Amino acid sequence: MVKYICKRLGMAVVTIWLVATLTFFLMNMVPGGPFLSEKAVSPKAMEALEAKYGLDKPLFEQYCTYIGDALHGDFGDSLKQRGRTVSSIIASKFPVSARVGGLAVLAAFCVGVPLGCLSAMKRGKVGDNIIIVIATCGIAVPNFVVCTLLMYTFGAKLGWLPTLGLNSWKHYIMPVTALAFYPTAYITRLMRSSMLDVLGQDYMRTARAKGLNQFVSLFKHALRNAILPIITYLGPLLAYTVTGSFIVEKIFTIPGLGGEFIGSITNRDYTVIMGTTIFLATLMILMNVVVDIVYKIVDPRINLK
Amino acid sequence: MKENPNPLSFQARIRPEDFLPASDEEKQNLVVMRESVSFWKDGLRRLLKNKVAMVSLVAVIIIMLFSFVVPSFYPYSYEQQIRGSEHLAPMEYSEEEQARIDAGEKVFPHVFGTDKHGRDYAIRVMMGSRVSLIVGLVAAVIILIIGSLFGSIAAFFGGWVDILMMRIVDIIYTIPDVLLIVLLSFALKAPLETLSTMPGFGWVQTLGRNLISIFIVFALLYWGGMARMVRSQILTLKESEYVTAARALGASNARIIKKHLLTNCIGTLIVTTTLQIPSSIFTESFLSFLGLGVAVPMPSLGSLASDAINGLNTYPYLLFIPAVLISLIILSFNLLGDGLRDAFDPKMKN
Amino acid sequence: MSEYLVNIEHERLSFFTPAGEVKALNDVSFHIKQGEVLGIVGESGSGKSVTAYSLMGLTAYPGKLLGGTLDFNGHRINDMTEKEFQKMRGNEVSIIFQDPMTSLNPVYTIGNQIREVIRLHTDKSKKEVQERAEELLQLVGINEPKKRLKQYPHELSGGMRQRVMIAIALACEPKLLIADEPTTALDVTIQAQILELMMELKDRLGMAIMMITHDLGVVANMCDHIAVMYAGNIVEYGTTDDIFYNPKHEYTKGLIRSIPRMDSREHERLVPIEGTPVDMLNPPKGCPFASRCDQCMQICLREKAPVMHFGDVHYTSCWMNQKAELEGGSAK
Repeated sequence: MVKYICKRLGMAVVTIWLVATLTFFLMNMVPGGPFLSEKAVSPKAMEALEAKYGLDKPLFEQYCTYIGDALHGDFGDSLKQRGRTVSSIIASKFPVSARVGGLAVLAAFCVGVPLGCLSAMKRGKVGDNIIIVIATCGIAVPNFVVCTLLMYTFGAKLGWLPTLGLNSWKHYIMPVTALAFYPTAYITRLMRSSMLDVLGQDYMRTARAKGLNQFVSLFKHALRNAILPIITYLGPLLAYTVTGSFIVEKIFTIPGLGGEFIGSITNRDYTVIMGTTIFLATLMILMNVVVDIVYKIVDPRINLK
Repeated sequence: MKENPNPLSFQARIRPEDFLPASDEEKQNLVVMRESVSFWKDGLRRLLKNKVAMVSLVAVIIIMLFSFVVPSFYPYSYEQQIRGSEHLAPMEYSEEEQARIDAGEKVFPHVFGTDKHGRDYAIRVMMGSRVSLIVGLVAAVIILIIGSLFGSIAAFFGGWVDILMMRIVDIIYTIPDVLLIVLLSFALKAPLETLSTMPGFGWVQTLGRNLISIFIVFALLYWGGMARMVRSQILTLKESEYVTAARALGASNARIIKKHLLTNCIGTLIVTTTLQIPSSIFTESFLSFLGLGVAVPMPSLGSLASDAINGLNTYPYLLFIPAVLISLIILSFNLLGDGLRDAFDPKMKN
Repeated sequence: MSEYLVNIEHERLSFFTPAGEVKALNDVSFHIKQGEVLGIVGESGSGKSVTAYSLMGLTAYPGKLLGGTLDFNGHRINDMTEKEFQKMRGNEVSIIFQDPMTSLNPVYTIGNQIREVIRLHTDKSKKEVQERAEELLQLVGINEPKKRLKQYPHELSGGMRQRVMIAIALACEPKLLIADEPTTALDVTIQAQILELMMELKDRLGMAIMMITHDLGVVANMCDHIAVMYAGNIVEYGTTDDIFYNPKHEYTKGLIRSIPRMDSREHERLVPIEGTPVDMLNPPKGCPFASRCDQCMQICLREKAPVMHFGDVHYTSCWMNQKAELEGGSAK
């Protein structure tokens, strides 16, 4: 097990390095640079700026310097936000996104799993139909529509909830709901089909034949098997969601990492792009390792090699 | 056990000729053989029986008619700015138009009103859904081709080729897609602009380089899931006993691929492609929302919705109409995909 | 309590599928005494398993009991609630399923799954439960029970898993053990071991067994009585000797002809039963076996044969017997 985790982490480092390399060269291949948009910059000032950030050196040298620094945990300074390091930007923005995103994933899990189970158990009955119709509609509504509808109804028309910022628990309700909307619907559907699959398995018949009541056979025998696909889905979902959704952060004006990332791309803030991309990739890969380990704990048949 | 009170009562009813042997034909008449149907016929029958799938199919067809046929004879065009009729509510007429109506002229109503530039919103929504549908369909086809080729090559060669190819999929999966889309649309700016000046490539300008880079990004990025699925499907099939059996019987590779691998994969492929369409439309609407979608004045449902957000409190219908339409398109394709899966892919069915 | 442990009379059961009503059981009657072994023989879809499941209240959706009476160990199954069934299942009546590979929950240890049923139906202490579980594994011939209890199903072979299933079934010393094709999924050598084990345990614990199989060879050595089922009917019922040496239904005769025999001459061929089972959605109004029967007569096409008794237990419903009687009668 320990050996497996070490191996996976080793592979993760390689993958992250590849992602970083790919991003670096792609970014630099694209015509234009971070200081082009600033009209007032004279050619001389431009040269000075480029020299300051090392952008005048050959690309390969820039690359080597960057990777070398990154290995020491130094991701450089932001090219656009004067005097801020990339690490400090991530450190200040990530917790905000992570709080909203983490709550959203938790909510999606806590609502989706029971609804899916209920739907599978009441298969073909009215309750099942209602749940499945709502869930199917749920995965058909784009995120920004959910956001704006929430804003419009609860923020603007009814005035029940504050619409901007994150100052109290009330501020969290709308962004978390908006972020949790799609995953909840998706988990409900996934859980239902996985549960139906498990309920048809022979060992569920064995459980009934032993004389177990529905409650025990569902919670002990079915749930642990049916939750496996959810775990697989949850890993990447968590990685994506805690790093922030641009749309939700823009609409509810939340100072999170998602907005920062998109901003850095449009501004060509090379160092921030690199830093956040590596951060995202690392989180993603780590989550996948975690998923594999959790999978192993839940399902003893999985052999980690 | 039923007791038989008097065996003679039978004898009274039964004539000796009853005990004559029955002919084979008479015996065969008893066998009600259910009609043996091919995989496709059977699937089609199941699909036609599925009411939800049929309703979604009809919805998809109606939406397609409205986006591809109706605009060609619609009295307004999507870029035509009618002065004096900015921000009309649905079915409302501008003063000028009212005057023309009073003069006895016939003026086609603005069914969904107009936007802030005085463009008829109904035609813009129709054009928007045309763009969204094209993105969805084209992207799904691109993904289908690249994904299934990549997946099947990885599965067939196996070994280190497989490992290498799947690692590539992992890496592509890890790079944030928004980054690539933006970078690509910047990178493609110059070459596409040169291309659009060349004769016969005027459509590049109309579509907008963003849209073309979206296609290219789809082609580069989103086939990963499809490739993984095709690979695992083929790997399972390769190991399956009936393929071994066919091989043992001396079937050629070509025959095995045609008869067994393809017929078994194709159901899954159709289903995954159908389900890919809504997810591409989803992504396009998200990108348009970011301002990375189609070029103005060409609308897409995402850009219409995104434009409408600023005036949400005053003109909510400008958001609701495209939002409802996107949801409707995605919902219909999802339900149709589910129906196709139930009909053609019994393995994935519950 | 009546003299019978199981007494089923005129059971009718249908599955209401979207395609229509499937009459899975048409008037099935039989009984089992304490400590007796009944074999139920028939091909797939003949209603063997459905009969057994209905006795445990395990009839799968959309199946519905339409008529008849089912009695087991003093319970009237027809009016039992789910709660009462739960008390009875695994305690008074247990079942072993066909495929041991899928019948154990893959994510729990063997020990967990055995202890579960003991705890459910007894109020033993934790230590006693553990001891009982070890004792059970020893009983079914598994060595090193302490170690095995900690293993997961996927770490055991098919034969081992079926032994574990038997251990679970016997945990509370049931009055009746239903074995639903317990050896079909196993290797031939393992099959013999499992059957031997079941017989041994039957003698030791004194339970009755309902042995469901499509393999006449299995029932020949084990059963006191045999019921032959075809298309939801018991077409012939009798002692093992009756069925093997004096079969009265054409279907039974066909089955017996299709068993390989040790004493056959070298080039004697096995005689298979041609054709396929009837479509249960549209059962024929005559004898269900008519279309596949070599001796099929005009009347078989039109009407079901009445039940005819030979001695105390042996009965069948086949027109050939009526024909023989008629001819015998006219010859007199």
